[in-house]
Amino acid sequence: MIQRTDLPVLKPFRLGAAEPFRFSAWHGVALVAALLVAVGIGEAQAAPGTPGIIATILKWTPLLAQGFALNIAMSFLAMAIGTAVGVPLGLAQISLLPPVRASSWFATQFFRNSPWLVLLFYCMLLLPFEVRVGDTIIPLPGWLKSTIGLSLPVMANVSELVRGAVRSIPYGQWEAAESLAMSRRQTLGMIILPQCVKRMTPPWMNLYAILTVATPLTSVVGVSEAMTLTGDILSSEARTDLLVPMYLYLLLWFFLYCYPIARATIALEKRFQVR
Amino acid sequence: MMVWTPDQPLVRLAEVHKSFGAITVLKGVSMAVMKGEVICIIGPSGSGKSTLLRCINALVPIQRGSILVEGQEVNDPKLDKLALRRKVGMVFQQYNLFPHKTALENVMMAPIHVLKRDRGQVEAEALALIRKVRLQGKEHAYPGELSGGQQQRIAIARSLAMNPDVMLFDEVTAALDPETVKDVLVTIRELAEDGMTCMIVTHEMGFAREVADQVYFTDGGVLVEHGPPKQFFASPRDPRTRQFLDQIL
Amino acid sequence: MDFQPLWDWFRVLHATSGIKLTIFYDAFDRARFFNGFLTSVRLMAVCLVASVAIGVVGAWIQGSRLRVLRLVTQGYIQFFRNTPPLVQLYFFYFALGSYLKITTGTGMSVPIVSSFTWAAICLSFYAGAFNVEIFRAGIEAVPRETLEAAESLGYSRLKAYVYVLLPLAFRISLPALNNNLVNLVKTTTIAYAIAVPEMLYVANQIWSDESNVPEMMNVLLVTYVSLVGALVYVMGRWERALRIPGYMPA
Repeated sequence: MIQRTDLPVLKPFRLGAAEPFRFSAWHGVALVAALLVAVGIGEAQAAPGTPGIIATILKWTPLLAQGFALNIAMSFLAMAIGTAVGVPLGLAQISLLPPVRASSWFATQFFRNSPWLVLLFYCMLLLPFEVRVGDTIIPLPGWLKSTIGLSLPVMANVSELVRGAVRSIPYGQWEAAESLAMSRRQTLGMIILPQCVKRMTPPWMNLYAILTVATPLTSVVGVSEAMTLTGDILSSEARTDLLVPMYLYLLLWFFLYCYPIARATIALEKRFQVR
Repeated sequence: MMVWTPDQPLVRLAEVHKSFGAITVLKGVSMAVMKGEVICIIGPSGSGKSTLLRCINALVPIQRGSILVEGQEVNDPKLDKLALRRKVGMVFQQYNLFPHKTALENVMMAPIHVLKRDRGQVEAEALALIRKVRLQGKEHAYPGELSGGQQQRIAIARSLAMNPDVMLFDEVTAALDPETVKDVLVTIRELAEDGMTCMIVTHEMGFAREVADQVYFTDGGVLVEHGPPKQFFASPRDPRTRQFLDQIL
Repeated sequence: MDFQPLWDWFRVLHATSGIKLTIFYDAFDRARFFNGFLTSVRLMAVCLVASVAIGVVGAWIQGSRLRVLRLVTQGYIQFFRNTPPLVQLYFFYFALGSYLKITTGTGMSVPIVSSFTWAAICLSFYAGAFNVEIFRAGIEAVPRETLEAAESLGYSRLKAYVYVLLPLAFRISLPALNNNLVNLVKTTTIAYAIAVPEMLYVANQIWSDESNVPEMMNVLLVTYVSLVGALVYVMGRWERALRIPGYMPA
């Protein structure tokens, strides 16, 4: 029996536990200053008689918001599909039947090792533009095919999450449940999986953030979301002084959406550490 | 399968061999435990004591030999493991309570879901068991809110709720602070005095001397000797036993 | 070694089954695809090395006593972690790149920094941001007492860092680092968007010319998965070789 000591041999490895970047008045001042500088450079280069940078950005904001809404919608849908398929796939990885275990492991590894953009291309180009189910014809618009393409790596990552979480439950829990004459299904359903949910939540939220910042990839395959629209706006305005502010603006949109998620994830992780 | 009667041993091991890969942990162990008997198994770490217990309730398969629990052969590929485990209760060194359920729920879970008994009845019995291990008032606490000794007593109550015929204790006080060890030992002694058949792996020699009907000494996967506690501790026959007792006592 | 019989087999395959794999039997496509493959591998290698270097430097700066340095590093990390890498790439290439142009003798405005370089810079900083966090967490997982023990044995501060702290911190960070590096290698495909002639871009050119989209997509998928899989395998073996026995990472 290995004697485990509670003296610190090594402390836990905690990502995200760095000094939190708390938004204070100074940060607000710095951010505004940066924006003003960028705008100032732009204004200085603008030809006389053209509208100001801030006015232009504000003019295009509603359109950008629409595009961003599509990004968010795709992220929700891809996350939902990916989780719904990924959880059973993860459970299949711990199945007692070798063929089930092997094939689910292979599927997980295959989609985990594929670049997201390549999968997007694959789905966009090779999925049919409509699917016939019985008598009904379901059209598959571009954004839906892209969403399916995005849900594939999500599925693989969720599968790995589930498998990792189940493996992290101490073996004693399995022993105790078995000694109480619980079947494997009862053990999994009542003892193991409920304890997994807590540990899976922070990495799952992290996965969602990664997915959200991956949605602009769909612009490369032709979906009209925020990134595409930004490009369209810039080419219609045809002003080089608008380039830096416009892209900064788009970056800001994503930052403001993702940063709170990141902080919430870290807070949840800290809370679930204390058991 | 023969019909078991109380004049036969409740648990009988015959020439049990167990290996983990290339390492042989049990090398031909034989013992017989009668109903109502309390036996303590002592020995150095790595001598195979915990593995022995795990073989009895089929948590771990054996390579050779026979284990009969109430006449039912455990070393049988067609064994109904769930039926066996309803008869054999086990308490672990690390308590292994389910941390996401309250103490009461931990005790009630198996009778409801495995034995499919009526919930109201099970709850009444569970409350009585918790009172029996002297933890009334802690029914709705979570394991994380209980001390080690309290968790261990709930673990004992949880196993008792299944109404087993024999209870296995695997070094249940080894992970506890010395102050709480006594509470757990008192609980086990009361259980033994009520007539429960117990197989206890322990380091607590004083406890073994008080409670056991037979003390067994294992070393290197072999059952070296056994005997009633008075004779065993006063005059051990085998030099290995003497050496071990000299180190401990 | 003469590969011509092998290439001809693919030509026959096209004639019989219609599977058009010109990257094997057509010399021009073969060369194109191979160069694309090499560019991909070059980009991956550069980014791997640079991002680890950035991670090390960033983790060192984060340990600084100057609060402003720590905040700047944190700002850098949060920026690159919470924004889309593709948008970062466009920002670097189009927005910043628009300012870095020189006029050639003929009067044309030519960018100073190539698309490959921009992709390398952007991706290295992107992955570097994660690496800083990973290395920091690894360093903090080593208890102060260990350093104290080293110093009481006579190690100087610097030597204790080099011989005791960093080897330990590195072993602890390795799983997370490997995960991040694998993600980096997968992310290099976004260089397609700024016309870096890596494998995806070249494959696109080929399937536009030859109209063999399914074949090329399958080749791409298999090649990328194999590349990434090879990296995962190598990293896994390295991890196992450097594993600290008995240590269970939290």
